[in-house]
Amino acid sequence: MTLKNVYDVVVIGSGPGGLAAAVAAKKEGAQDVLIIERDVELGGILLQCIHNGFGLEIFKEDLPGPSYAQRYVKEAYSLGVEVLLDTMVLDITPQRKIYAASKRNGFIEIESRSIVLAMGCRERTRPQIRIPGSRPAGVYTAGTAQRWVNVEGYMPGNRVVILGSGDIGMIMARRLTFEGAKVERVLEVMSYLTGLTRNYVQCLLDFDIPLQLRHTVKRVIGNNHVEAIEAVQVDEKWNVVPGSEEIIPCDTLLLSVGLIPENELSRKAGVILDPVTGGPVVDDNFQTNVNGIFAAGNVVHVYDLVDWVTEAGYQAGKCAAAHANEVRRKEHHLIPLIAGNNVRYIVPHMLDKRNLEGSEIRLQMRVSKPVEQPVWLEVHDKNNLITRRAERYVRPGEMVTVVLKPDHFTDVNKADSLTIDVVPR
Amino acid sequence: MPESYDFVIIGGGVVGCMLARWLSRYEGSVLLIEKEADICMGATAANTAIVHAGYDPLPDSLKARMNVTGNQMWDQLSGELNFPFERRGDYVVAIGDDELPALDTLMQQGKKNGVMGIQILSKAEMIVREKNINPDVSGALWATTGGICDPFAVTVAAAENAVLNGVKVMLNTAFEDFIMEGSRIVGVKTNRGDIKCRWAINSAGVYSDQVMHKAGVRPEFIIKPRRGEYFVFDRADITIDNVLFPVPSEKGKGILVTTTLHGNTIIGPNANIIDDKENRETTKVGLNEIWEGAQKLVPSLSLKYVIAMFAGLRPYGNGPCKTPGIDYQHDYIIEIPEDVQGFVNLGGIESPGLTSAPAIAQEVVDMLRDAGEEMKEKKGWDPIRRGRPRFRDMDHEEQKRLVHMDPRYGRVICRCENVTEGEIVAEIHAPIPALTYDAIKRRTWLGTGRCQAGFDMPRVVKILADELGVSPLEVSKKGQGSEFLARPTKQVEN
Repeated sequence: MTLKNVYDVVVIGSGPGGLAAAVAAKKEGAQDVLIIERDVELGGILLQCIHNGFGLEIFKEDLPGPSYAQRYVKEAYSLGVEVLLDTMVLDITPQRKIYAASKRNGFIEIESRSIVLAMGCRERTRPQIRIPGSRPAGVYTAGTAQRWVNVEGYMPGNRVVILGSGDIGMIMARRLTFEGAKVERVLEVMSYLTGLTRNYVQCLLDFDIPLQLRHTVKRVIGNNHVEAIEAVQVDEKWNVVPGSEEIIPCDTLLLSVGLIPENELSRKAGVILDPVTGGPVVDDNFQTNVNGIFAAGNVVHVYDLVDWVTEAGYQAGKCAAAHANEVRRKEHHLIPLIAGNNVRYIVPHMLDKRNLEGSEIRLQMRVSKPVEQPVWLEVHDKNNLITRRAERYVRPGEMVTVVLKPDHFTDVNKADSLTIDVVPR
Repeated sequence: MPESYDFVIIGGGVVGCMLARWLSRYEGSVLLIEKEADICMGATAANTAIVHAGYDPLPDSLKARMNVTGNQMWDQLSGELNFPFERRGDYVVAIGDDELPALDTLMQQGKKNGVMGIQILSKAEMIVREKNINPDVSGALWATTGGICDPFAVTVAAAENAVLNGVKVMLNTAFEDFIMEGSRIVGVKTNRGDIKCRWAINSAGVYSDQVMHKAGVRPEFIIKPRRGEYFVFDRADITIDNVLFPVPSEKGKGILVTTTLHGNTIIGPNANIIDDKENRETTKVGLNEIWEGAQKLVPSLSLKYVIAMFAGLRPYGNGPCKTPGIDYQHDYIIEIPEDVQGFVNLGGIESPGLTSAPAIAQEVVDMLRDAGEEMKEKKGWDPIRRGRPRFRDMDHEEQKRLVHMDPRYGRVICRCENVTEGEIVAEIHAPIPALTYDAIKRRTWLGTGRCQAGFDMPRVVKILADELGVSPLEVSKKGQGSEFLARPTKQVEN
């Protein structure tokens, strides 16, 4: 695939938000749309969510994650969305320049008229909730374990304790049970379930996996590999209830303790983040404070249903396309003013040709060298003289002005650029 | 017929590896044995990563001399071995007027120890230099020769240079006993067989007491590991660029707020004496202790931005200071004992052991020469160890050139720290091969960021398995017994 130098819309990430944004941008009339995905396939985390429950709102169907993703992947390809896989975006500038790298395409530098940030979120980790103890193998976030099992085809362990009653944790409890592991316990520090009730019923109750509310992990035990964890009961203020300590032998501790929008790239682009959501501050078009940079899906705030992520992606993609089209129109009408013979500079540097239809445009400049005899200041495109102004002399110390009038519109409108030269009269 | 060496070094921490590099300069065969799956797994692995100026140790102690001499060797060392090192200077910060006199005491002590470039700063000067400092600051001691380093990078660089100059390194090789002929050591017994040697060198860190006891040396010397716990902060959210010590107490140099070469702020350590030489657990009490201690220096820190926590063990020993008239029981032991031949004995090399390591290595070479070893310089000894590309430290133009030369550097495996496949593969095939996940992590810094390996881990395990030609089931975090995966999932028949 040959990459273009400039795209209308570049979407970063191909989870449900990114896929919807790319599809919507294309449908809204953006010409060149590119998705950059760091994994080797499109679909994002949906690909490892092989359980059902996706699409009830949008398709009125109960789909597994990969099937849900596939509908948008197909649509994106059929609309002609370009795709870079196994490619990591390294940097985005506020001017919408994107730096990325991949093994296949090497180091990539492209510009885009609009960008949609759709990087999703990452999982909260053990240090972030500060579980003390040793640092052995066998402590994983639920999502990483999900990838091991559903994508790579390996089991992280056989006796599992899960901390956190988030949806991924409960779904993994069921999944690991299917695979023959013993899930000893799901512990939840809050006094209530943090995931969906339907997951509690279908993933825990149906499989006799005990859920203990107001319980947490006090300590990880085992030097090389997890050998056990120490569970404790806590009160409303999360203080340990004395005497409630219990050692639970296990080889794996999974953490399902929250998601954090992933906005490292957004920061580099100068996007302002909301400290509460962890995601960009956006308007109703999902545009951030940086002109032309949009954000959609879990990168903005953590959703509970994928259908809503798709909907947000759609809106962001649509608005990104509209923005790109506006920029394109402007680029089409904007031409540079070139300082030619004996002209040091011209202000403005560029002009929007449409503005000449109804009004004059004053071009102000200084010359490089004095000429003490009559001269012309000639304005021309590549081939034709458009207008000229007579001066008795020109000196660097005295600014000179040439005025373009509405009469010149027809000529200027055909030009790709305008050059101004000083020539003897 | 067992293998035979002139020198066998027991223990691959910074002291052992630096010594290997120093000995590699001279004729004679050298073997370094390390019980773990990688070098740099003990005290060197988990500390504050500071090259100390030398105002802390008691004047006229061996510790003080090694510290100050060692500190001066770091610029040349980092140039020769190509590891990053920055002399940022460090501050001892007095909070409240009560602590102010302690700065003067430290300054006098530093001058006695021969530390150059120390001065006392006023409250106003300190606030200008660190805007996040506790507003109750009353003054600070400023030591210009303090520095920061990456202890893994230092140790790996020294060991690699040693290997390139002919030293052999055996990992997963645990010392069991000495082979003696009368009072002379003629070899060591290990879990992988006997090894003959003319000299055995004890650089076994927290186990150095047990090793010397096997030779019958200093039965009264014991090491009680001193455990220190740490928090690491996300560099995107918290940026303290200075090395800030509190005023020291009898428990040691106290709980710092400092920065790493990787740009992360870290806080710690506390100092708890424990019995178990393998217990690197963090504790709720200990973590609270460092949190409170750090807030004393920088009240604006927030626990919300903690991305990692760890604990390290220091080999805190009871070695007596040999200088007459000084009653100090925690000095370094660096000696060739009189009653056992063929033995170089190092013990109690706690902080500032990292700073002192090159000076200790030089001291041992001098001792060996005094003991009658010729120590003849080898022809063709190369002091230079070349570094390897670090994608994340490059600007975009350099990255472009690197990726153009080798496309594997274009595949980013660690999203937070921007570590590439090219770097990982290079470490797996380096002179000291990185054979475990943690070995790669310590060399490349992957997995140390805010997602703590959530993204890279399955990918790194695959690369390790492919490069080593093993199943992913055999790939471990830090050696045998720490494998990531238990078994394949159920197989489905189509």
